[in-house]
Amino acid sequence: MTDMLSTGQQASIDRTRLIRAGLRKRHLSENIFKGLGLAAIILALGFVALLFVDIVRKGVPAFTQSNLHLAITYDPAILKIDPPPVRAAGQSDADFQAANLKWQRDLAMLNWNKVIEASLRAAAPAGLEIDAKALLSIAETDARHVVREMFVANPSLLGQTVEVELLASANAVNWIRGNIDRSLGDAQQQLSASARTLIDEFVANGTITNGFAWSIFTNVDSRSAPASAGLLGAFVGTLWMMLIVIVLAVPIGVASAIYLEEFAPKSRITDFIEVNINNLAAVPSIVFGLLGAAAFINYMHLPISAPIVGGLVLTLMTLPTIIIATRGALLGVSPALRQAALGMGASKTQMVFHHVLPVTFPSILTATILGVAHALGETAPLLLIGMKAFVAAVPATPLDQATALPVQIYLWQGNENRNFFEPRTAAAIMVLLLVMICLNGVAIYLRSRLEKRA
Amino acid sequence: MNSLVIAGLLLVLLGLAYQSGWSRSRGLSTANGVKVHSRPQYHGSYVAIWTLVPALIIIALWAWLGDGITHNFIVSQIPVETVQSLDQVGLNATIARIRSLATGYGVAGEILPYEQTAGDALRSFQFITFLIVVVAAAVAGIVALLYARGRITARLRARNAVERVINIALLACSAVAILTTVGIVASLVSEAYKFFTFIHPLDFFFGTVWNPSFSSTGGAAHGQYGLLPLLVGTLMITLIAMLVAVPVGLMAAIYLSQYAHHSFRAVAKPIIEILAGIPTIVFGFFALVTVGPFLRDFGSLVGLDIKATSALTAGIVMGIMIIPFVSSLSDDILNQVPRTLRDGAYGLGATKSETIRNVLLPAALPGIVGAFLLAVSRAVGETMIVVLAAGNSPVLRGNPFEPVATITVSIVNQLTGDSDFAGPQSLVAFALGLTLFVITLCLNVFALYIVRRFREQYE
Repeated sequence: MTDMLSTGQQASIDRTRLIRAGLRKRHLSENIFKGLGLAAIILALGFVALLFVDIVRKGVPAFTQSNLHLAITYDPAILKIDPPPVRAAGQSDADFQAANLKWQRDLAMLNWNKVIEASLRAAAPAGLEIDAKALLSIAETDARHVVREMFVANPSLLGQTVEVELLASANAVNWIRGNIDRSLGDAQQQLSASARTLIDEFVANGTITNGFAWSIFTNVDSRSAPASAGLLGAFVGTLWMMLIVIVLAVPIGVASAIYLEEFAPKSRITDFIEVNINNLAAVPSIVFGLLGAAAFINYMHLPISAPIVGGLVLTLMTLPTIIIATRGALLGVSPALRQAALGMGASKTQMVFHHVLPVTFPSILTATILGVAHALGETAPLLLIGMKAFVAAVPATPLDQATALPVQIYLWQGNENRNFFEPRTAAAIMVLLLVMICLNGVAIYLRSRLEKRA
Repeated sequence: MNSLVIAGLLLVLLGLAYQSGWSRSRGLSTANGVKVHSRPQYHGSYVAIWTLVPALIIIALWAWLGDGITHNFIVSQIPVETVQSLDQVGLNATIARIRSLATGYGVAGEILPYEQTAGDALRSFQFITFLIVVVAAAVAGIVALLYARGRITARLRARNAVERVINIALLACSAVAILTTVGIVASLVSEAYKFFTFIHPLDFFFGTVWNPSFSSTGGAAHGQYGLLPLLVGTLMITLIAMLVAVPVGLMAAIYLSQYAHHSFRAVAKPIIEILAGIPTIVFGFFALVTVGPFLRDFGSLVGLDIKATSALTAGIVMGIMIIPFVSSLSDDILNQVPRTLRDGAYGLGATKSETIRNVLLPAALPGIVGAFLLAVSRAVGETMIVVLAAGNSPVLRGNPFEPVATITVSIVNQLTGDSDFAGPQSLVAFALGLTLFVITLCLNVFALYIVRRFREQYE
């Protein structure tokens, strides 16, 4: 049959076959290309999922702490102390204060570890050979402060026995959770063999229980007692800085955006300012830290590692973001609104402040919250202005030494007790991310609400 | 306490002035039916500005000069022979003691009789001067208030005056951005200049050994400050990051903007952009505890010696961080290519991928290159991931499986905040910062130029 066809028909069939073959190839490459795109998306989404799952998986265990339930006896044989001073009639205020202070000093000199050791030994099963050092290594080192504070608050405890909940030490926690390889030999273990046996015993008989780690939220950082280390100080430090950023960056940023967008004559100078702001937005954050170190600390002698310097540095860093966002929002306001205001006899200032600015409020608010969220997670510039110093106090004013949440994360990940601090760092990251997610959520919510109303 | 008093005074003055101007203006409009130029709140603001400015000037003058005056007062209280017997440091210590005596906190050690009298004198001096300043500020404010109030007439163009002040305030605010840039450049250049008085610029920019010695003996032994190992480390990590971020980010942008159903896009795009909002310290931790050990184990599986903290670890994680940056910029750029170009290609029978590869990408190329340069600049300036995961080993070598150090890491290591800026050990941070600033500035300016040219092309 084929030879019956004319050459023209033959050519047409050939061409169709050729096109078919070509099309198959082209569609294949189309699908490959599309598949690659999908793979890229899945990869990116996978990274997000992996990051979050990894942090959460590592961090969640750190939100439980191991509590040690002990019966503490304030044994007068160990605690040889006079009763607290009572204010005598006619005694001056200062004298009474001095006597009280002396009493507290005497208290601090007592061997509180002995008290804890005794109660641990009482809780241990009879016949277990264990020395004092191994016993004390089970309780966190701040236990003696806790016990002493209870006594200061209530001196009548002398000679009595009370049930107390103390923190188990970081090494004990590592052993209980299996953060440290249980099969390692004695030489590599932080705890002695007898202490490890006793801990297992305690877990079995309920002397050690697990509870939610409120200490992460209520305590400040601690080096000597890692199990009690918390985020409160860093959190307050961050709060101070964010307050400064909001108070300074928002008015200045919005004002300069208004000037540039509405008032500035179009000249080379405003062009220069515009280029300048765009570049400032892309300057690496660490350079702002250098500026802070040289200008604020070295030149102006502001206090080192204080939230005020951190707040100023982060303000300068956030400003371009707010300026650019506000300018965008102002640009988006319809000209009809402006002309209507001007037509009614409003001056230019009145037009801007009474009519244009209120319309842009949702966008400015969103930009502010996003800028603050960004500043919240910034670490590098804070390291340069000395905020990585160890601070074990809640900063009462912006001039006090402080640290910040991201810097606390940096400090904790560098702690020598890796086994204990790795989960705790992940927990701190979870707190930081939670704060940021909340901020972003608020921004989205406010935006949708305000835009609906407008 | 003092600042509270001053703030209270200013607030009272402000309220008083505004109220007085406002009521005066109301009086004008009701009294004789003349058309008043400005509305009452402008008259109020006019008087308030007139009142606050002199009061603020007096307080600012005191804040500026007061410290010197107090200093001179204290010196005058110390017996002359004591002043002469003390050197500068001793004198400053004595002054500090007297100051803390005056605050009532007391000082350590025995209090000398002249210190006690000087402290008491200083306390009363401080109280009196504070009173004088507050009273002077109040008087100046009230005088100005009365003057401004007297100027209020129906024809006074109070609105224009107030608006001029607002304008000046706005201009001052937009000067802050300029001042920031000036501050950055000035502090980097001046401190870097000090550094170059210790180390020759050629030794810095072309030195191949980075070994800052922390000997506090001074003298000739400053250590070696060669930039090249850090520069190579920075470039290596940036290259790895771009190798991760560019293919993934670009393909993700192409898929999202050309193929994806819009509901899928609405979900996937924000999730990818979450990556951009995560603090870099979190990526650093992720790199250190998860990616690094994984790469090391993977390396030992295939017979490669990959260190847990290496250029590869930091580079890959940094790439992940930059993905949303590349993808959203590329997405914007792709969307700006006119539809007609695409429709033309479809009309000729091209498949979607052929259109993208042969029409869309070439048209968008300049913009995408600009986006990549912005991403490079971000990677070069990134700090925390590298501090945590790159291993800090400033040795000149080309093996990405080994630890490296970058410019940013060295800045953090050299400038810990508690060192004074005396030696090259800490000053080098500013020379490095200047280098970094110049590199990123060039990249940014060039990239923004390209992107702008690209936009103009299709407008």
